[in-house]
Amino acid sequence: MLSVKNLHAKVGDKEILRGINLEVRAGEVHAIMGPNGSGKSTFASVLAGNEKFEVTEGTVEFMGKNLLDLSIEERACMGLFLGFQYPVEIPGVTMANFMKMAVNEQRKFRGEEPLTAGEFLRMMRETSAGVELDSKLTSRAVNEGFSGGEKKKNEIFQMAMLDPKLAVLDETDSGLDIDALRIVATGVTKLHTPENATIVITHYQRLLDYIVPDYVHVLYKGQIIYSGDKSLALKLEKEGYDWLINEHKE
Amino acid sequence: MAEKDKDILDNIDGEYKYGFTTDIETETIARGLNEDVIRLISAKKEEPEWMLERRLKAFRHWQTMKLPTWAHLDIPEIDFQDIIYYAAPKQRKKLGSMDEVDPELKRTFDKLGIPLEEQMALAGVAVDAVMDSVSVKTTFRETLAEKGIIFCSISEAIREYPELVQKYLGSVVPYTDNFYAALNAAVFSDGSFCYIPKGVRCPMELSTYFRINAEGTGQFERTLLVADEGAYVSYLEGCTAPRRDENQLHAAVVEIVVEKDAEVKYSTVQNWYPGDKEGKGGIYNFVTKRGLCREGGHLSWTQVETGSAITWKYPSCVLMGDNSVGEFYSVAMTNNYQQADTGTKMIHIGRNTRSRIVSKGISAGKSQNAYRGLVRVAKGADNARNYSQCDSLLIGDKCGAHTFPEISSHNPTAVLEHEATTSKISEEQLFYCNQRGLSTEDAVGLIVNGYAREVLAKLPMEFAVEAQKLLALSLEGSVG
Repeated sequence: MLSVKNLHAKVGDKEILRGINLEVRAGEVHAIMGPNGSGKSTFASVLAGNEKFEVTEGTVEFMGKNLLDLSIEERACMGLFLGFQYPVEIPGVTMANFMKMAVNEQRKFRGEEPLTAGEFLRMMRETSAGVELDSKLTSRAVNEGFSGGEKKKNEIFQMAMLDPKLAVLDETDSGLDIDALRIVATGVTKLHTPENATIVITHYQRLLDYIVPDYVHVLYKGQIIYSGDKSLALKLEKEGYDWLINEHKE
Repeated sequence: MAEKDKDILDNIDGEYKYGFTTDIETETIARGLNEDVIRLISAKKEEPEWMLERRLKAFRHWQTMKLPTWAHLDIPEIDFQDIIYYAAPKQRKKLGSMDEVDPELKRTFDKLGIPLEEQMALAGVAVDAVMDSVSVKTTFRETLAEKGIIFCSISEAIREYPELVQKYLGSVVPYTDNFYAALNAAVFSDGSFCYIPKGVRCPMELSTYFRINAEGTGQFERTLLVADEGAYVSYLEGCTAPRRDENQLHAAVVEIVVEKDAEVKYSTVQNWYPGDKEGKGGIYNFVTKRGLCREGGHLSWTQVETGSAITWKYPSCVLMGDNSVGEFYSVAMTNNYQQADTGTKMIHIGRNTRSRIVSKGISAGKSQNAYRGLVRVAKGADNARNYSQCDSLLIGDKCGAHTFPEISSHNPTAVLEHEATTSKISEEQLFYCNQRGLSTEDAVGLIVNGYAREVLAKLPMEFAVEAQKLLALSLEGSVG
């Protein structure tokens, strides 16, 4: 589904990604961990097409297409979803309106008829219940005045509405209390099917108590320096990154 | 500028969809202005002597006046002798029914989405359509007449309701008020007149549609709206013009009289041709709008301004009576080389008068957008209240937003609040929308409409939808 080869990217003159390789197949859950500043969020942004970053080398193939050739919205419409670490507020635009446009744009891209208002509202009601999002939030402006937990739940809600092929969740767990964390993680797990894939970027292993990854990767200084299964996360939790970093230097 | 901004700015095309002209034979008079021209206009309108006298008085006063230069506008010199002051679509004499309206003319209004017939009935809106300088057809007159409501062209009102016109015309905006008001008082050729009798609630939205069609003409319409004691009316005004390389002058006057406990809502969607991307052509829109509120009266102005090359316009409320209320809700959007200097005046004279101002400026391209407001509390206006909110949204880095709020209070019990913000559409907001699958163009339209939502919500339903589309269309892509 996703094949990243030797990906390099920089912001300004500063190279942040320095040769990432990653293969993600349908049905898989990947966790990317790593110390602060290792390039985790940049990797997510580059996949989504954020123009703040310039790709200098490497290739990314997504659903058989050259991802780097596509615009941000084309990537989104093809089924790439980014769960934001800091979801943005859009004053005056209701969540319902925003999602209706997004859902119908993506349907249009796939050559499907747009949903009617009635169909859309039904879908929204069911989905928000599924991810335990207070349905009142959907009539409020996008993320405006939402608590930290509500914002993150709202990301999962949008993911559920858009039903992506590949979801990249950028530190969706940061700033969440344990209940919110459980809800978010359960949402992600529920949405997981053999046809789609998830990349979870996280700082803490505690999210991985709820989301069981098939692979855990450690990103350090813009490269994946180690990959393992879920036991790696536990080891990292206990022993930190130092042993890996030292190993990497040798 | 980031690469993105450039793309977006390149994209601002905002095709003006009303830019067609209609091939209708027009009767015009020679260019220029003098007393003979005024006599001619008056004669063409078959006006009584007193009206001609008023016009001449205004004209003589106008000649002593100077062009106002205080606005934050760069106005090229206007040659007032190079303008045609009267142009009328030629047609057979008096119209008996809808069927007699020139089919070309009907098609024009159809193109504008102003069907004058069944659709109008379905929509339940009574329309007075003013093309170039004369009122073409007023719908629903009979229905309205049953309630005693008068809704007709101003020229007709001058002939048929002279006592009302003499009583109210110029009572809110006298010809001495300002340069363009004087000019209008001298040369206005048509416009709408509306009178709602005591205690009557107008059962439908009233609407005037203004269209400039002929070349080289100025349009000077005059609207007079009177809501008698306890009456209520909601009034809509729309404007479009064809695309032309030259600039055309539009200097209208709108006067509103809100008698005791009456309520008037006046909504405008102004979409005159704004000129092309290089700033060539477009309408100069120099308009005086003012309402006078008697005791307990309530006047609410709502405007969505997207058109015109230059806009100079300050719909105002004179809160004369105790407990009267004035409101001003505005979205003014400028793009390319457009300039707007717009805002309001709230003059508190009566006791316990309240006013509220919500102004949302949106500047894109190389445009300049200024809010100019005056809140004045007179000595006797005990417990006057005003709340003002002026927001500016900048799109790209070549436009300007300016605010000139003036507050003068002569009464210590007055409470005046003013809030102002300036913001930009952020890269983060766009990225967020793009990531959900929206094109940048759609995202900008969405964000701008969200920003203007508070004002758009004040418009009648059908108008709000139209205004939303218009905002998105006029921007088509612009951001930063």
